[in-house]
Amino acid sequence: MTKLTASNLSLAYGRQLIIDNLDFAVPEGRITVLIGANGSGKSTLLRALARLMKPEAGAVLLDGKDIAHTSTKEVARKLAMLPQGPVAPEGITVLQLVKQGRYPYQSWLQQWSEADERAVRAALEATGMTPLAERPVDALSGGQRQRAWIAMTLAQGTATVLLDEPTTYLDLTHQIEILDLLYTLNEREGRTVVMVLHDMNLACRYAHHLVAVKDRGIYAQGAPGDIVNAELIRNVFELDAHIIPDPLYGTPLCIPASQARRAQERQAAVPVHA
Amino acid sequence: MRSKHLAAEKKASGSRYTALRSRRLPASALLDKRAVLAAIVLAAAIILMVLFSAGIGTMRIHPLDVLKVFAGQGQEVHKTVVFQFRLPRIALSLLVGASLAASGAIVQGMIRNPLASPDLVGITNGAAVAATSLIALTGGAASVRWLPLAAICGAAAAALLIYVLAWKRGVTPLRLVLVGIGLSSALSAITSVMVIASPLRIAGQALVWLTGSVYGAAWSGVLTLLPWTAAGLALAFVLARQVSAQQLGDDIAVGLGSRLQLQRLALLALSVALAGSAVALAGGIAFIGLMAPHMARRLVGPAFGAALPVAALCGGLLMLAADLAARTVFMPTEIPAGVFTAAIGAPFFIYLLRRRRSSP
Repeated sequence: MTKLTASNLSLAYGRQLIIDNLDFAVPEGRITVLIGANGSGKSTLLRALARLMKPEAGAVLLDGKDIAHTSTKEVARKLAMLPQGPVAPEGITVLQLVKQGRYPYQSWLQQWSEADERAVRAALEATGMTPLAERPVDALSGGQRQRAWIAMTLAQGTATVLLDEPTTYLDLTHQIEILDLLYTLNEREGRTVVMVLHDMNLACRYAHHLVAVKDRGIYAQGAPGDIVNAELIRNVFELDAHIIPDPLYGTPLCIPASQARRAQERQAAVPVHA
Repeated sequence: MRSKHLAAEKKASGSRYTALRSRRLPASALLDKRAVLAAIVLAAAIILMVLFSAGIGTMRIHPLDVLKVFAGQGQEVHKTVVFQFRLPRIALSLLVGASLAASGAIVQGMIRNPLASPDLVGITNGAAVAATSLIALTGGAASVRWLPLAAICGAAAAALLIYVLAWKRGVTPLRLVLVGIGLSSALSAITSVMVIASPLRIAGQALVWLTGSVYGAAWSGVLTLLPWTAAGLALAFVLARQVSAQQLGDDIAVGLGSRLQLQRLALLALSVALAGSAVALAGGIAFIGLMAPHMARRLVGPAFGAALPVAALCGGLLMLAADLAARTVFMPTEIPAGVFTAAIGAPFFIYLLRRRRSSP
């Protein structure tokens, strides 16, 4: 198990402070979902956790060691990151892409060890990409393509996987498919998953631990059922919403108030600001 | 369950790859059989082309007689023509083509754009400014011996300047391209001034250099370039993993544990050494650095360990063909080989642009 924490972390783009003096510990072996309005800094926070962004102040610690001062290969053996909307080189096959996940274990001489081969096969199998291994990534559907990239991060063999909006650009079916895949990986292999999601309802369904980012820090965190209410939605997203339990899964379901269909709103006899 | 998926994978990967593993050393590799096949076919094509090319000229020699000459037999006059005049030129063409292609493959992989080429990081334009300046300022006198040195210094200086100007907490491919384009046009303006301000005879000499040619190549030139090409290709092969990682984009490369900026600098220096040394000996040969890597990727895909040797072979073959055309098409008048690489290259570039527009 690896322990990933942020301590007194401040992040900035140029002079603009995005995250201010934040402390955060990623729960091990769980699925953590970061939510927040556009520009709230949730993706920036995720990037900093993956050492893709240098802190202005404070540090990100992996097993107690500052990742900025740890060999980047060593970090890559413990922590994998899938950025938003990655683009594969033209013509690369799924197998060639997934193979890249073994980079932190390889050297000039050792380019395809038995461990590499096992990890790549297991990653292809876990994502259901084995039959598509020889296909070029650019010939795949959006959902398959995302599965190929996830397979690459799995081949990295890390206890922790970070994903920045893994469901963007995907239709609803493929969003569920990807999230179910991540859920299964967490259940079966106990991998820690940290991701940014935009869909509040899917975030509530899949997260064990939900983190709401607002005003350069964490507004609230905890189990979705414990922290999600109308007040949180209003404060984090500046949106009036009604929260009911999901009829199938019992997790919080967010129903936003809007301009459309206001006539029916009256008939529903449910106060919007409940 | 486990054996089942192993068997399925073996079937899938058995078609194209073979795993090579040493029992004694911690050494292993995944061999791409398609790349090996492509390399063998290209090498065979090069050998045929060499035999054919060495026989063509004002004195025609049958390819079989060329073979005899290579075997140490054959007529004395054939030996002289082949060894003294044609072979140095053929060998230089192969080295120049391979170097330019390898450099282009590195730049394209690093910048993640198949339309990139060594010209983009200032190599050709930097060399051109230095070479034309030397030709113009010395009136063409001291130039022959010092031209290669001036050219490679110019290439390195331009690339370094672009790198430094593009630096802002690291160098990103986009800034490298933007600064490269800007500085390259400034440099080519200086080159134009040099050419225009020179007397006609000197301007002609400068223009021939700018177009690029292996005319009058001698064994000394071949021996000068050989260590650069050999060391450059070997180093490129060692760094192939890094190019493959950078091709996935900066964020993913860092996520995988790549020391991105250090490796980018090393790769840039390597592409300057490869293309700069080639340009130093053959002048501003255009488009090989663009075309050859692209042909290689079409043949074997973008995995750099496979694409690099295939690109080098494609580049050698292209340059060989271009120089054969340069020597023979308007015989006995010589045309600089760069005219022919540009003649194939320009339409190829437009084809690339059109193809890219139709596929997102």
